[in-house]
Amino acid sequence: MTKRNLLLLALLLAVACVLPFIVSDYRTFQLTLVLVYATALLGLNILTGYNGQISLGHGAFYALGAYCAAILMDQAGAPYWATVPAAGAVCLVAGFLFGLPALRLEGLYLALATFALGVAMPQLLKYDHLAKWTGGVQGIVIPKPEAPFGLPLNADQWLYFFTLAVTIVMFVLAWNLLRGRIGRALVAIRDQHIAAEAMGINSAIYKSAAFGVSAMYTGVAGALSAIAIQYVAPDSFGIFVSIVFLVGIVVGGLASISGALYGALFIQFVPNIADEISKAAPWAIFGIFMIGFVYLMPTGVAGATRLLLAKRRKSP
Amino acid sequence: MIEAAASQPLLRVQDVAVHFGGIVALDGVSFDVAPGQIVGLIGPNGAGKTTLFNCVSRLYECDRGEIDFDGRALLSVPRHRVAALGIGRTFQNLALFRTMSVLDNVMVGHHCRTRGGFFANALRLPHAVKSDRAAAEQARSLLALLELEAVAGTRVSELPFGTQKRVELARALAAEPKLLLLDEPASGLNHEEVGKLGELIRQVRERLRLTVLLVEHHMNLVMSISDWVVALNFGRRIAQGAPAEVREHPELVRAYLGTA
Ligand SMILES: Nc1ncnc2c1ncn2[C@@H]1O[C@H](COP(=O)(O)OP(=O)(O)O)[C@@H](O)[C@H]1O
Ligand SMILES: [Mg+2]
Repeated sequence: MTKRNLLLLALLLAVACVLPFIVSDYRTFQLTLVLVYATALLGLNILTGYNGQISLGHGAFYALGAYCAAILMDQAGAPYWATVPAAGAVCLVAGFLFGLPALRLEGLYLALATFALGVAMPQLLKYDHLAKWTGGVQGIVIPKPEAPFGLPLNADQWLYFFTLAVTIVMFVLAWNLLRGRIGRALVAIRDQHIAAEAMGINSAIYKSAAFGVSAMYTGVAGALSAIAIQYVAPDSFGIFVSIVFLVGIVVGGLASISGALYGALFIQFVPNIADEISKAAPWAIFGIFMIGFVYLMPTGVAGATRLLLAKRRKSP
Repeated sequence: MIEAAASQPLLRVQDVAVHFGGIVALDGVSFDVAPGQIVGLIGPNGAGKTTLFNCVSRLYECDRGEIDFDGRALLSVPRHRVAALGIGRTFQNLALFRTMSVLDNVMVGHHCRTRGGFFANALRLPHAVKSDRAAAEQARSLLALLELEAVAGTRVSELPFGTQKRVELARALAAEPKLLLLDEPASGLNHEEVGKLGELIRQVRERLRLTVLLVEHHMNLVMSISDWVVALNFGRRIAQGAPAEVREHPELVRAYLGTA
């Protein structure tokens, strides 16, 4: 990493730490959701952006993570912080297992299979025989965690910092993973899978593992969202969530770590802005924003930022 | 003893046959490649040369026959293990990782020589870091050898064809192969570049103690650098021998006149 990037990162972190003290609690809550989405999008980007496997059903892993957290707290009385790694582990296994049969599918066929997972999930969560744990249509209400160790933070601020810490850990791990041997192998499979195998990359293992890791990220995000919203219900995890995640990584920038953050800001705030512009047709406005972004920044916000920085470097 | 070991072929192709629907691409081809040699594999378009390469890299399944490499039956080895056994290759129509930089492409070539999975890399455990550094160092030395240092950070898709071909060669060498399969490395190169390529192939053979199996249409190039030449036509071996002999072989002359 260059010195300048390091400086930018430090600045970003400083801003992130100050924000909850200067904005309202409601805005702090929204920023917490941005962090949650950023983790989810990072997961989807590992799979779709880096490894080239399209998923139209990541909302299912988001739901699975959220329900894991909620059920562990509700049924087993687990502390909220412990449910995050547990949800990650469950989704890692679930994603890997889903990835194995998905190996036989490519492109649009994989998109369809993941779509099927995405549409089935809310109904599965309403399933009568699981209602004992899932709470059926009603869902599960979770208590709001307070700041520990007598920290001078209100609950919203504490949730924000808790989510920020998890997000940072997840981003650092992803950055490590993607800049090294594994990241190169994932991109190699996406770019030219035959040559990748001829170079000794076991693409079946890598693709299933990418599915697992991707699902783990999205599951962790789901758990964080359950904790932040203090409520899970089947209808908050419709297929729309999966589609919006895909929108997020494309608008933010495919195969880019920072793109996950840009995408998260987009999917959190643009619907609000659209709603303010037109109460009657907010999704039409959202659509216009989406087309505008993709048209003006065909490689996502991350790609455009990179180009801009490169240009500035050339003409000081 | 040493004599016997030295005369054992590094690659032994025996009675290999492949068909695609009604097309017989290989029809019982046999030949040996002795260690340390440059063996030219020639024949008109459609003769089955690339198909044979794809059998050796395990990209295609053979209908029958056997392929032994370094005393090991190759046809029971999964394709992602072939590189680690010591077989590297380039592709006739280029198969680079187009969004990646030159350096990253070459580093992927070294994949089979490094360890470290998802966990070790995510946590940047010492052995993963060390192995990544070694891969980068090795790649840089290959870039130097192939005069690619200036474009190390460039995306391969932005480079001219001839340069991309050298990147593919560097990527193949990064796997530290014993046997290097080159599929038409001179195609698309100009006259001067072809001359340099011949020199380069000979040079890497010496320096890295390689055995080379070379598919090429540039007769001058093949005949000048090969120790042995195998000629195919319609999936069959029609001649083999020292370059001077094969060049004059009536079957070969007929094959080329027939398709020219
Ligand atoms: N994947 C494939 N599917 C169908 N036919 C193929 C395939 N690969 C090669 N062939 C056919 O096999 C024959 C040999 O091709 P190839 O090995 O590419 O020849 P060469 O490399 O000597 O020009 C040709 O008739 C070609 O059309
Ligand atoms: Mg060919």
